[in-house]
Amino acid sequence: MSILVDENTRVVVQGLTGREGRFHAEQMMKYGTKVVAGVTPGKGGAEVLGVDVYDSVAEAVEATGANCSIVFVPAPFAADAACEAADAGVRLVVVITEHIPVRDMLMLKSFFRARGTLLVGPNCPGVISPGKCKVGIMPGYIHRPGTVGVISRSGTLTYEVVHQLSAAGLGQSTCIGIGGDPVIGLDFVELLKMFADDPQTEAVCLIGEIGGDAEERAAEVVARGYPKPVFGFVAGLSAPPGKRMGHAGAIISGGKGRAEDKLKAMEAAGIKVIRELGRFGEIVAETLRKK
Amino acid sequence: MNIHEYQAKELLKDFGVPVPEGAVAATPDEARAIAESLGGPVVVKAQVHAGGRGKAGGIKLAGDPDEAEKVASEILGMRLVTAQSGAEGKLVRKVLVERATQIERELYAAVVLDRTRECLTVMASPEGGMEIEEVARTHPERIFTTHVLPGAQLWPFQGRGLMLACGLDARTAARAAAVLKSMVALAWEKEATLVEVNPLVVDSSGQLVALDAKMNFDDSALFRHPEIAALADPEEADPLEREAAAMGLNYVRLGGNVGTMVNGAGLAMATMDVIKMAGAEPANFLDVGGGASEEMITKGFEIILSDPNVKAILINIFGGILRCDVLARGVVAAAGRLEVSLPMVVRLEGTNVEEGRRILAESGLKFDVAASMAEAAAKIARLVGGK
Repeated sequence: MSILVDENTRVVVQGLTGREGRFHAEQMMKYGTKVVAGVTPGKGGAEVLGVDVYDSVAEAVEATGANCSIVFVPAPFAADAACEAADAGVRLVVVITEHIPVRDMLMLKSFFRARGTLLVGPNCPGVISPGKCKVGIMPGYIHRPGTVGVISRSGTLTYEVVHQLSAAGLGQSTCIGIGGDPVIGLDFVELLKMFADDPQTEAVCLIGEIGGDAEERAAEVVARGYPKPVFGFVAGLSAPPGKRMGHAGAIISGGKGRAEDKLKAMEAAGIKVIRELGRFGEIVAETLRKK
Repeated sequence: MNIHEYQAKELLKDFGVPVPEGAVAATPDEARAIAESLGGPVVVKAQVHAGGRGKAGGIKLAGDPDEAEKVASEILGMRLVTAQSGAEGKLVRKVLVERATQIERELYAAVVLDRTRECLTVMASPEGGMEIEEVARTHPERIFTTHVLPGAQLWPFQGRGLMLACGLDARTAARAAAVLKSMVALAWEKEATLVEVNPLVVDSSGQLVALDAKMNFDDSALFRHPEIAALADPEEADPLEREAAAMGLNYVRLGGNVGTMVNGAGLAMATMDVIKMAGAEPANFLDVGGGASEEMITKGFEIILSDPNVKAILINIFGGILRCDVLARGVVAAAGRLEVSLPMVVRLEGTNVEEGRRILAESGLKFDVAASMAEAAAKIARLVGGK
């Protein structure tokens, strides 16, 4: 098992004819992901990387049985593209695009809720179940199949953590970059619940950062009793208030969203907090060995 | 994106919210002329992007045009150091001169984009004029809230409910509810993440007036609101941050002396944190992007080197899809071309890392290569004399 994506995931790439879409579709195919279709309105009938391109997601789903979409569409059109995928009936939509207006995201989320479609992102590296399927832009080779689940708000920081876990002999069940924006799809809380029910996953790592209260809400879930060990890291202890640190969602505002408060909430909930990023993999491995 | 008070008030006025009559002045003469045309006492207010202006001496009352000219000459050109401006303060280039309002009562009103509830949250409090964070800490029971679903309006009953809770009589509450409804309409239409009126005043004739206003807009939505984008005041940003933004880099200037260059925002924040834990202070946050190119690295060096406080540079790159050998060549080329003379610690990890480290070692430049983030931080702390 694993969560969200596996051997049965059939991916349609929205924006396959663009530079980014094409590059990452090729990387995904090399990793073994079943990329079954591309969608670019107006380019239906074309073929990219041996994959048929359709004018609409509905056509692509009808023709190929795609059950997952990855969106590489530019920000002004990305929310529309994602909603089209939800309407066509795919189960999971992964949005890589950065800089989608927040108002679009609010509208998108109510559209998704009405259809029960799962969303990962936007502004994220995507999802990977090592050895099975990669729906994202992360470097595949740093991952190893295994039993640790990883949920993160960041891109390269996730790679850093995964690289350390793999080096410490710990493979991963599924790694999800949930995105750095203020309004996102699946969050720590929902994914923690999915990992709790996944028999392959034996421990979960939460990689947070300043801004919002996602880490505090995750801590509440763990505090109520969680069946697996949880490890936590939060970036931005040295970040000044009121300044956006790269990600649109990474901002300490009105005294809320500080890293120290998040770490305290995590510790109080029984999450093993790791402050030294350089030793993250090592500490997780040591702790799990002792259990 | 933030805008000035006078700009926020113009927007409020467009949406039907009453604001004091007034105009903006860049010279004491202009301030005098505005006071003359208004007649009677006026308030002269420094226009900078920082709260706490009153306490810092940036807001003054003037009884007549002579006095308006005098206080404007004092405020214009001053460096206003407020609780939110940073130690260097903000240079005042413009003042807002407006008719003084007879204040009967001060309230707080705001519409914020609520990322947790995924809606707009409308807030009101009878504690007008205070910072809302302070009220939240000392009297959280005196803040009243209601929510508006995406795209929906604020129903009059919701607004009246908030204002009755704040202690207004039914008639005034209905007027105040109309103000809240306009603020919600403005927030949706212009894609604001914050529309704050503090204080929202009931004047001596029972009318509502937005006495001060603060707004923040979604940067990602500015492409469909050119009229909002045009309100940006480049003078308000740190000059280096402005230059970095023009180059497409995410740069935030901090107080320390260790320049940092990292690919990816989360890793960049974590790198600042390990520097601090090692006993040194980061000079900046700099994200050159998940797939940093040689061009971006060169630009990154240029920005870091323009900060005179920087004594050493830590480069932390996790090569993913982009290979470490390509990145190392970029770092060597950029450092060589710019003749960087400061000590540099480079930590490379990821695809083709061995080749990358070899390129750095053989470059003849003064790179100190670190194998891990912890080692890199310890080395950089020693270089700048940390613990």
